Amino acid sequence: MAASLYASPMERGWYYLHRLLCGAVLLFLIAPILVIIPLSFNSVPFFTFPMPGLSLRWYEEFFLTERWQGALHNSIFVAVSVTLLSTILGTLAALGLSRPNFPWRAPVMSVLISPIIVPVVITGVGVYFFYADVGLLNTYAALILAHTTLATPFVVITVSATLMGFDHSLTRAAAGLGAPPITVFFKITLPLILPGMITGSLFAFGTSFDEVVVALFVSSAEQRTLPRVMFSGIRESISPTITAAATVLILFSLTMLTTIELLRRRSERLRGIRNT
Amino acid sequence: MATMAVQIAGSVDGVPLRIKLQRIERARKLKTFAFVLPLLLFILIGFVLPIGRMMFNAVHDDGLLVLMPRTMAALNGWDGKDLPDETVYAALAGDLKLSFAQKTAGAIGKRMNYELPGALSEVISSTRKASTLSVGPYKAALIEITPLWGQHEVWSLLKRGASAYTAFYLLRAVDYQYGPDGQIVASPPENAIFRDVFLRTIGISIGVTATTLLLGFPLAYFLATLPRRSSNLLMIMVVLPLWTSLLVRTTAWVVLLQQHGVINDTLMALHVISQPAELIYNRVGTIVAMTHIQLPLTLLPIYSVMKTVSPSYVRAARSLGAGPFYAFWKVYFPLTLPGIAAGCLLTFILCLGYYITPALVGGPADQMVSSLVAYYTSEELNWGMASALGVVLLTATLLLYYVFNKLVGVERIKMG
Repeated sequence: MAASLYASPMERGWYYLHRLLCGAVLLFLIAPILVIIPLSFNSVPFFTFPMPGLSLRWYEEFFLTERWQGALHNSIFVAVSVTLLSTILGTLAALGLSRPNFPWRAPVMSVLISPIIVPVVITGVGVYFFYADVGLLNTYAALILAHTTLATPFVVITVSATLMGFDHSLTRAAAGLGAPPITVFFKITLPLILPGMITGSLFAFGTSFDEVVVALFVSSAEQRTLPRVMFSGIRESISPTITAAATVLILFSLTMLTTIELLRRRSERLRGIRNT
Repeated sequence: MATMAVQIAGSVDGVPLRIKLQRIERARKLKTFAFVLPLLLFILIGFVLPIGRMMFNAVHDDGLLVLMPRTMAALNGWDGKDLPDETVYAALAGDLKLSFAQKTAGAIGKRMNYELPGALSEVISSTRKASTLSVGPYKAALIEITPLWGQHEVWSLLKRGASAYTAFYLLRAVDYQYGPDGQIVASPPENAIFRDVFLRTIGISIGVTATTLLLGFPLAYFLATLPRRSSNLLMIMVVLPLWTSLLVRTTAWVVLLQQHGVINDTLMALHVISQPAELIYNRVGTIVAMTHIQLPLTLLPIYSVMKTVSPSYVRAARSLGAGPFYAFWKVYFPLTLPGIAAGCLLTFILCLGYYITPALVGGPADQMVSSLVAYYTSEELNWGMASALGVVLLTATLLLYYVFNKLVGVERIKMG
């Protein structure tokens, strides 16, 4: 929609003002993320332009010191475990919820979704007391279980969304042709809901990988995750290594975003939904 | 035909078909429920139960009951008018001796200190002195040790401690407390800090919600009117921040807004300002960083509603003689209201619970309720207070979420 030829000067003024404002807002959204990338190659430990020279010293520190590498390994280990657990639990629940005869759907759904509604500090304090009581405080198990409660709602939501457009006559046809329920699930249902499952599991991975508040409450220095190290890094004295870590994480989220977009397209194609 | 078939089928083994169908239906329901059960149990045990227990802590406090059992039992007979009689003091002396031996004086003193600032040191010193008392009468001797035990206020505090349930923490969370005679009074100014924090939390949340709406609405309109290809491209710029780690975005703002950060240095190089502006560790930094984080979340619901508004409505209004602004305001804008309500409510709800961002880019005067909950949990170790503040925050969040659910429906939350 371009400014039409017969628009009044006032309308044209508004049109360009609107475009200018939108450009500024988009810049506001993206600039902070883009600014941090070049700064991570700065050869001096300051956060300003112009940079006196380029170097990889902050990446060296990120990839070679125990403090950051330990955190990265912990984060990946916890996030992968969370992803596995929450994908299994969440997919099962979504399959059950999608059946037309499921009883008390609305209240059950509210309970399952509640971990993403409750302010995360309350969750953090609540599980802190809980894991202190059962003697799991400062263990990987506590961190993984706590993150799983936070991550599973995303799996439930995404898989449910995939199942909403699910054609149940396909499973009935398979059953009618003599396939036992297990075969129906693995040959018909699973391939169709797989894109939703993968999207959900990526969300779950991202949730755990980025979570800091609950990690601050239930884990100790031994189970420190990447966000925890970044949090204390920003809080104490901000070292340029954080910008290197941030750049790595930005690349990581770009990859995730692309994967999810590709999966969404694939899923729409599989289910025969055509974009207009 | 149908009824006949039912009768014939039902007569084979004597069980009516209706009952059989009901049985099958029930078995199916159980089977589908079995799919959901593992997650439901997991969430109930690992999430709902811990939070419920924490909420319970806000009204349940048996500290004094456990630490001073004899005094609490003796106080049951006290009418609450004058100072208690000798039997109560004897029980108190017994409890104090015991607490000196078991080193629990600090815990008693700390609990009393919540309601009576300054009681902690008095209690600790009096347990030490009371341990030397061997014979009565205890009343005069204890008041001799410290006048604390001769104050009516102290005894009405202890009397309240005889019950395991207390409204003290919840009252404190809204800046009320028990007066000397057990009546509820407004907290003195030095204790009345919580209402300020709640108002500040609401104020910051409203500010951020309004800013995201002001910035997000024009952009959403722009994206909704663009052709699909270019709007998809620009949409990446909206969604990428949403996908970037919260800590990365906060780090970016710290780097940008610092005293010698990118923005200050650029402005100084351009001679716009001569001194670095105070952009971080204050309200400005908090609002800017929070707006950046919430903007996509306000924008996306508005955008998806705008996509459904047919351009022919505005065209019809224009052809009927409405000016461009009148047509926009009277026709287009009302149609986008559901999206605005959804986006703003979502942002407002999420803002209420912010913790990390104010902690990293805000100053001491920008901390919100969540920070206080964390502070009372891990620094002060006053778990009753942490829980009471949590109750207020959680209640507000759940109420707003209920409204959101009625308005939008949780089923319609979309990801990505």
